[in-house]
Amino acid sequence: MSLFSFVRKQRPSQTAQTAKDRLQILLAHERSTSGVAEADYLPMLQRDIVAAIRKHVPIGEKDVEVRMERGDQMSSLEINIELPQASSSQAG
Amino acid sequence: MTTEPKKNPPLGRVIVITSGKGGVGKTTSSAAISAALAKQGFRTVVIDFDVGLRNLDMTMGCERRVVFDFINVIQGDAKLKQALIKDKRVDTLSILPTSQTRDKDALTKEGVEKVLNELKAEFDYIVCDSPAGIEHGAQMAMHFADEAVVVTNPEVSSVRDSDRVLGLLSSQTKRAETEGAEPIKAQVLITRYDQERVDRGEMMTVDDVLEILAVPLLGVVPESKAILKASNVGTPVVLDGPSAAAQAYEDAVSRLTGTQVEMRIVGERRPGLFQRLFGRAS
Repeated sequence: MSLFSFVRKQRPSQTAQTAKDRLQILLAHERSTSGVAEADYLPMLQRDIVAAIRKHVPIGEKDVEVRMERGDQMSSLEINIELPQASSSQAG
Repeated sequence: MTTEPKKNPPLGRVIVITSGKGGVGKTTSSAAISAALAKQGFRTVVIDFDVGLRNLDMTMGCERRVVFDFINVIQGDAKLKQALIKDKRVDTLSILPTSQTRDKDALTKEGVEKVLNELKAEFDYIVCDSPAGIEHGAQMAMHFADEAVVVTNPEVSSVRDSDRVLGLLSSQTKRAETEGAEPIKAQVLITRYDQERVDRGEMMTVDDVLEILAVPLLGVVPESKAILKASNVGTPVVLDGPSAAAQAYEDAVSRLTGTQVEMRIVGERRPGLFQRLFGRAS
C-alpha cells in the first residue's frame, strides 16, 4: 500500500463467511459418518446394480454410472444405466 | 537461564501437539510450549515423533548435539539418559530427538509406552510433537496423551483436518479405549491469526473456528515475523526476546498449567500513518 492506493482499493470480499458455511456443511456430513468416507458404499452399490441388471440385459461393468451430489438440505443419488443398442446386441 | 525447579514428585502429564494438516505450526508450537513450560520451572521434555523427517532438533537449535535418538531408545540400542539432550538455555528443558533414517514403523506402541513411562518418573510435562497426517506416527504421538493441543490455522483445510483429529483423539487413543478413563483434554491453539484480515472479513474469526470445532480455546498466536526469525536461529520463540507470538505462547502455557489468563489477541504493531502513506515492504 502506498500513497493514493486507497483510491483504487476495492470493496473487501467477505470470504470468511463462505469458508465458515462450507466447513459447517461438510463437517456435518463427515461427522455423521464418524470418519468413514460417506461414499464408500458407492462402488459396491454399482456392482450390485450391474449384477441385478445383468440377469435381464447384457451390460458391461462400465455401463452403470453412480454419482452423488451432497447439498445443504438434500442429497441426491444419480444412477445412469447405459443399455446396449438394439443393433449391437447379438441374438443368441 | 536458571529456573527454580519444582521439588515435588513429577506431574508426568503427556501433552500431544497435533493438527492433521502439515505446516500449521506443530513443531514451532511444540518448541514454544515446551520452552515456556520449562521457563515456568516445570521439568519438561519435548519428543519428536516425526520419524524420518526430524525437525524439532533444528527448531530447538540442538541439531549438532544429536547422538542417540528416540528410536535407539525404543529398540534398546541406547539408554534414555544418553538420548536426552539438555537445553543450554533453560535447565529444566530436555529434548528427545527422533531418527532421521528409520521408518515410522519403528515406533511400536509398547516401545513408546515404555519410554513415556520412564519419562513420567522424571518430568512434569512430556510434550509430544506429532507428525502431520493421521497415520501411524501421528497415532503413536497421540495414543498415550493426557491432553491434546490441536494446532489450527483459520483456513478451511486446516479446520477440517483438526476436526478429524479431534475425532481420533476421542476414539483411537488409550484414554478412549480404557473403560472409565477421563477423555483426553483437547484444546485448540489457533495460529497464524491475522486480525487485520479478520477485520476485513477475509479470515475466519476465533469464534467461527471455535463454533465449528466445539472445543475450548487454549490461545491465539498471531501471524508474526518473530516466528521465522526464531526458527532461523534455532531458538524457541518464547526464548527469543519479546514478541506478540511469544506473548501468546506464554499466555497459552499459563492456561495449560491452570492459571486463568484473559484471552487477548495481540497483533503485530500496525504500521503508522507515515508508513501507510509512503509504503512498506509487502
